[in-house]
Amino acid sequence: MRGPIITLEGVQKYYGEYHALRGIDAEIGQGEFFSLLGPSGCGKTTLLRAIAGFEDISGGRILLDGRDMDGVPPNRRPTNMVFQSYAIFPHLSVAENVGFGLRKSPMSGAEKKTAVGEALEMVGLGGYGGRAAHALSGGQRQRVALARALILKPKVLLLDEPLSALDKKMREQMQTELRRLQRQVGITFILVTHDQEEALIMSDRIAVMFEGGIAQLAPPQDLYRRPASRKVGEFIGMMNFLPARLIEAGNPSVEVEVPGLGRAILEPDQCPMGTGGEISIGLRPESMTLLFDGQNAERVAQGVVEERTYYGDMTYYDIRLDGAPNIVQVSMRNMPGRRVLDRGDRADLAWDARAMVLFC
Amino acid sequence: MSQTARLRRAFRTDSGKGLTLVAPPFIYALVMLAAPLGTILLFSFWTQDFLTIDRTFTLDNYREALSDPLYSELLFRSLRIAGAVTVVTVLLAFPIAYFVSFHVRPDRKSLWLFLITIPFWTSYLIRVFLWRVILAFDGPVNGTLMGLGIIDEPLSWILYNANAVIITLAHAFAPFAILPIFVSLEKIDRSLLEAARDLGESRVATFFRVTLPLAMPGVLAAILIVFIPTIGDYVTPRLVGGSGGTMIANMIQTQFMRLNNAPMGATLAVIAMLSVTVISLLLVFVTRRWTRGR
Amino acid sequence: MRGLKVYAITYLVFLYAPIILLPLFAFNDGTIIAFPLQGFTLDWFVELARTEALHDATVNSIFIAVTTAILATCFGLFAARAGNRHSFPGKGGILGFVMLPLVLPEIIVAVSLLVAMLQVGLSPSIWTVIAGHVLICTPFSIAILNGSFANMDKSLEEAAVDLGETPVSTFRLVTLPLVMPGIVASLLICFTISLDEFIIAFFLSGNEPTLPVYLWGQLRFPGRLPVIMALGTILVILSILLLVTAEYFRRRGLRRAGLEDTGGFL
Repeated sequence: MRGPIITLEGVQKYYGEYHALRGIDAEIGQGEFFSLLGPSGCGKTTLLRAIAGFEDISGGRILLDGRDMDGVPPNRRPTNMVFQSYAIFPHLSVAENVGFGLRKSPMSGAEKKTAVGEALEMVGLGGYGGRAAHALSGGQRQRVALARALILKPKVLLLDEPLSALDKKMREQMQTELRRLQRQVGITFILVTHDQEEALIMSDRIAVMFEGGIAQLAPPQDLYRRPASRKVGEFIGMMNFLPARLIEAGNPSVEVEVPGLGRAILEPDQCPMGTGGEISIGLRPESMTLLFDGQNAERVAQGVVEERTYYGDMTYYDIRLDGAPNIVQVSMRNMPGRRVLDRGDRADLAWDARAMVLFC
Repeated sequence: MSQTARLRRAFRTDSGKGLTLVAPPFIYALVMLAAPLGTILLFSFWTQDFLTIDRTFTLDNYREALSDPLYSELLFRSLRIAGAVTVVTVLLAFPIAYFVSFHVRPDRKSLWLFLITIPFWTSYLIRVFLWRVILAFDGPVNGTLMGLGIIDEPLSWILYNANAVIITLAHAFAPFAILPIFVSLEKIDRSLLEAARDLGESRVATFFRVTLPLAMPGVLAAILIVFIPTIGDYVTPRLVGGSGGTMIANMIQTQFMRLNNAPMGATLAVIAMLSVTVISLLLVFVTRRWTRGR
Repeated sequence: MRGLKVYAITYLVFLYAPIILLPLFAFNDGTIIAFPLQGFTLDWFVELARTEALHDATVNSIFIAVTTAILATCFGLFAARAGNRHSFPGKGGILGFVMLPLVLPEIIVAVSLLVAMLQVGLSPSIWTVIAGHVLICTPFSIAILNGSFANMDKSLEEAAVDLGETPVSTFRLVTLPLVMPGIVASLLICFTISLDEFIIAFFLSGNEPTLPVYLWGQLRFPGRLPVIMALGTILVILSILLLVTAEYFRRRGLRRAGLEDTGGFL
């Protein structure tokens, strides 16, 4: 990460009484693919629109390339946006749409034409310039919107749920393509999405937002492996939460007892907050393994299969642990020669303390 | 923050912009509608002797308007005629709205609506006058009926009385009734009807248990939008109503223009408006259980 | 559903009966407006061309209708935009009040305007008619333009600003072209309403009659009726032409916005 292109300092936004942004602090680096991830109503779109200049903020500062953006209207900001609806001008052709922002540029007519052609080429729509905008498909509109924003070489490209209107296949294709495009142009992308998978696939760093605040800001792997709170862990991927008992809060490591599994020693980076109270440990389904026919492991727990869900490539088991009220979910890849257990079968479960996160 | 900066910031907010935009038409309506209506209200408490207005507050006009059988007869007749027009118009309009919404191909719907609205946009005066021609003693209606041998002598009950007014107004206000009903029918999710059939209802029962209740907001809108303006209609009673078909609007006009009794005219106008308002509110109140929440 | 279709067609005949009869009598060579028809003539149209008072009334009507259409459409633009794009305190009440003349009996509007104008010392004239017509046309304009604004994705304007345009140039480059069909439709509809409006003109025109007011005066003279039929025919044809044009623009607007047609004006 090179120096920050955007600095958010205590950004606040009120709609009347409603506190939409509760003091957002973040730095977004030059050339970074940055995602704002959260459920609807968490303030992610408001934050994006505040960066674009469509929302006046009620407090704090937004610095873009070191310049305070207070009072700077959207048309004077070095940001461009891909709207959720794409906002393709229906009365203009594809080329006119892409060239829309060049009206006041000092380029000659011929230069503008070349630039539009190149931009369309870049998004894979070469030769579409003469088409009527309202005759395009969803995926093509999205590409036009991208070309139209990127042609102005903004310092930051803002994307408001750009893939939500596309079907699954097209969405997956555009995810890789957006990522490729971002590397190619080297511009900072800020993506708003409610789809955790999409954020994990595409981003360099993700800010998870709940109720107007950032709950965690981290690269995808850290976010997934070490969620900062139970809520983040719940929101991203699947996670088992098991009640735990503190045995020894040593320095630096912590020892806990998890009913049904046993004792575990956790390193400081596995314990995001140590404020006492009810403690639980989080454990992802894929970080546990069922043992088949004589396989062995260092730490093994026993239980009974309560429920089994078969997904083709994977099977998910709900396992009730012996001597504890806990049910844990375990995912197993289906492989040749590996049995799929049935409900009621006994199961041996291997687990690893390194995959645990402690929440208080 | 300085005064002007604060002002500028207030204008930049969403509500500031909205209020600035809506101000011209709103102020215009205040000056050209609210103020004149207020003036009428004031006038109704004054009296006039030939050309001089006596501005002492009095309720005499109301007393006179409510006690003189001429006025109350006219008011009740207006309400009666407007009521009949409303019933006839809405009953005639509903099947049309239903037909266009349910049985016309989607790409033809707007053509039908257009066909229905065209007559409405042509000169009202001329349309009403032509009804006088159509319904006349020697007009096409009597001519056809006599030609077919259905009647022996021309019908006299179809012109220069309340019936003629009802027929003419039912014609004039047809699109006003059709459009709101059509809109509410269009909004009905067609799968609701399939669900009703699936749950064992017949076509007819589905219509009465699902379609009609869901169309009620449109029907109510149609009723109000026909009833309110017909009370104040002036042209139709004058042209086809004869002496038995005159309505309150004719009397209001007479008071203002012929008898030079503006306060009495104003009083009648206020009473007419009040009756319309009360009846409309009653209607809305009575039908709220069918229109609520939609 | 055969019966329903028969009913619908009968109903259309009922709706069109008056305007179908109109030209029959306008070209009928007889002074009495009744059947049977006598023969074909263009006399009544020639007579129209020779009537001085009619020409004055026509000029008055057209001036009033043009002015009304422009003013009402401007108000309609303001109100429709405010209603569709902004939220502000008292929104429902304010817009409802502006729409009120749509349901208010016209006689009430006419009488109260007349009284108020006499009170402030204005005498009836073309301008007082315009004032009244703008009042009753504005709601129609708002209804039409509401459709145009509602059909327009709000982010189109934001996109234009985001791409470097000022609010003013955004209005010119994006909003206006997309709303233009609605504006044209509104102008035509308001023109038609004003041209045909009688009661307000009757009360407020003084000694500068409009066409309908002139027509009303002529209805008293049985001998003039065929001429009125001829005049009526012209008016009706004019109205229908204006309407078809308005409808054409409204549909073009929908096509441009890439939308499905969902109904008529109201």
